[in-house]
Amino acid sequence: MNLSNELVLARFEQEFPGVVKATETGIDGILAVEIDREQVADVLRKMRDDSVLQFNFLSSLNGMHFPQNEGRELGVVYHLHNWVKNFRMRVKIFFPISNPHVPTLTGVWPTANWMERQEYDFFGIVFDGHPDLRRILNVDDLDVFPMRKEFKMEDGTRTDKDDRFFGRDGHEGRSFD
Amino acid sequence: MSQVQSYFSQLDSIDGELATLNLGPTHPATHGIFQNVLKMDGEKIVSAEPTIGYIHRAFEKLAERRPFNQITPITDRLNYCSSPINNMGWHMTVEKLAGIEVPKRAQYMRIIVMELARIADHLVCNAVIGVDTGALTGFTYMFQERERIYDMFEEVCGARLTTNIGRIGGMERDFTPGFHAKLKDFLKTFPPRFEEFARMLERNRIFMDRVINAGPISAEMAMNYGFTGPNLRAAGVDYDVRVMTPYSSYEDFDFIIPVGQNGDTYDRFMVRQEEIRQSLKIINDAYANLPEGAYHADVPDYYLPAKDEVYTKMEALIYHFKVVMGEVPIPKGEVYHAVEGGNGELGYYLVSDGGRTPYRLHFRRPCFIYYQAYPEMIKGAMLSDAILTMSSMNVIAGELDA
Repeated sequence: MNLSNELVLARFEQEFPGVVKATETGIDGILAVEIDREQVADVLRKMRDDSVLQFNFLSSLNGMHFPQNEGRELGVVYHLHNWVKNFRMRVKIFFPISNPHVPTLTGVWPTANWMERQEYDFFGIVFDGHPDLRRILNVDDLDVFPMRKEFKMEDGTRTDKDDRFFGRDGHEGRSFD
Repeated sequence: MSQVQSYFSQLDSIDGELATLNLGPTHPATHGIFQNVLKMDGEKIVSAEPTIGYIHRAFEKLAERRPFNQITPITDRLNYCSSPINNMGWHMTVEKLAGIEVPKRAQYMRIIVMELARIADHLVCNAVIGVDTGALTGFTYMFQERERIYDMFEEVCGARLTTNIGRIGGMERDFTPGFHAKLKDFLKTFPPRFEEFARMLERNRIFMDRVINAGPISAEMAMNYGFTGPNLRAAGVDYDVRVMTPYSSYEDFDFIIPVGQNGDTYDRFMVRQEEIRQSLKIINDAYANLPEGAYHADVPDYYLPAKDEVYTKMEALIYHFKVVMGEVPIPKGEVYHAVEGGNGELGYYLVSDGGRTPYRLHFRRPCFIYYQAYPEMIKGAMLSDAILTMSSMNVIAGELDA
């Protein structure tokens, strides 16, 4: 039996009632579900072991920062892949930047180890229970989390690349302080 | 616990018995900037602690400040042994987001270029495995062949290593007569030379004794560690993005996914050897059936107009300006697109807020993900096997550190 977004959602309702907070389907047709961060390790482990869902492979894991979303500034997106039925989906969690703690996935997939270290390095997301949460790509004594949006790439006085001048509200024109 | 493991765990408790060896960051045998702090018992490795990030260039951050067409040169520098695959993967990601349909001819041209890049990537890896086992001859001959592949890239895009090949919407130009001549010559003369290289190593008793059982990994462990590509297939799992989620018309082609059994250096070597043959087959098929038609989609919002039109026509000038300034009508949304890179599933997760640049761009870099299994793989091995394991995993510093 092939999986479809509807089937996966139905299975979610059956196996983890009330866990899904929001769903959306990306332009690429991949289903994304948002869940609570406290449940992420449990739900992903069950998704791996479930006989229908069988999401056996963690493709990637990446942090996100939306400074304008108060109370849910930081996020983590997990890309899961079911190799048996060749089906992909996304799981998202969002949480406040003042309390950036997320349960680790290293107990579910060892590959999450370096992925989580990378997102800690860039976003300051603390993965609770991680065996070795250190910076990985940046120098050890860096005291900022450089992928957060408050760190601008170029001189802050430069205005020629402001989206507002081109009649739209892209992120370049937003203020982040 | 095996005999070897119990022996080492026993040793671990005796203070001062183990030597610490700093392998890297600039060691000629590691082919790149990798540091490993090894705990050694004689010539056996007890534990390894890798440090990475020596050539980190903040690509994900850089990408948040660059228009979509200017991100292609960044992708060149991920796996610089097969840049065209990275470039095409990025173009296809943007095309997926913008809903651009690429003409069949451009798709086949991309396949030819991508498979040439795969051959170049695997040739370097396998030739270097030869070097690390003491067979320099094969390396010198295979590097000549890689040069010829780079000559072909030069015909298509003007560059050799960091290619920036293709554009969003198709290819930057049609194959030139020089490319046709070089490709025909390559398809005729490369296979016998490659088979000569294969005869030198594939069933060579000395080589086999050296690489069999060096740095093995089981299929289950490889999957848990996020392995993809030839390294995973060497362990016996037939996962290939080209077959699982075909892109750029790979579904039109008939090819075999080679798999190994033990996931050791010999299996990784043999899987790459066979993939080179399969890539040649794909190139032959694609070139023989190269469709007529346009080599790029008609998307003036994304695709730079021809220069002679820019200088003479108002419309072309306007589009040229808009593309260069990053004024593209990119929709809001998110896409994940994966291609089969030289080392495995190379994924792009692109989040767009409708602005001129990506809001967030995440690269799933196969090297970064599977290199974390390296300490596990070399535990209890000899130092020389560790070098061999690293080169057979084809860890590319650019892709590791992004």
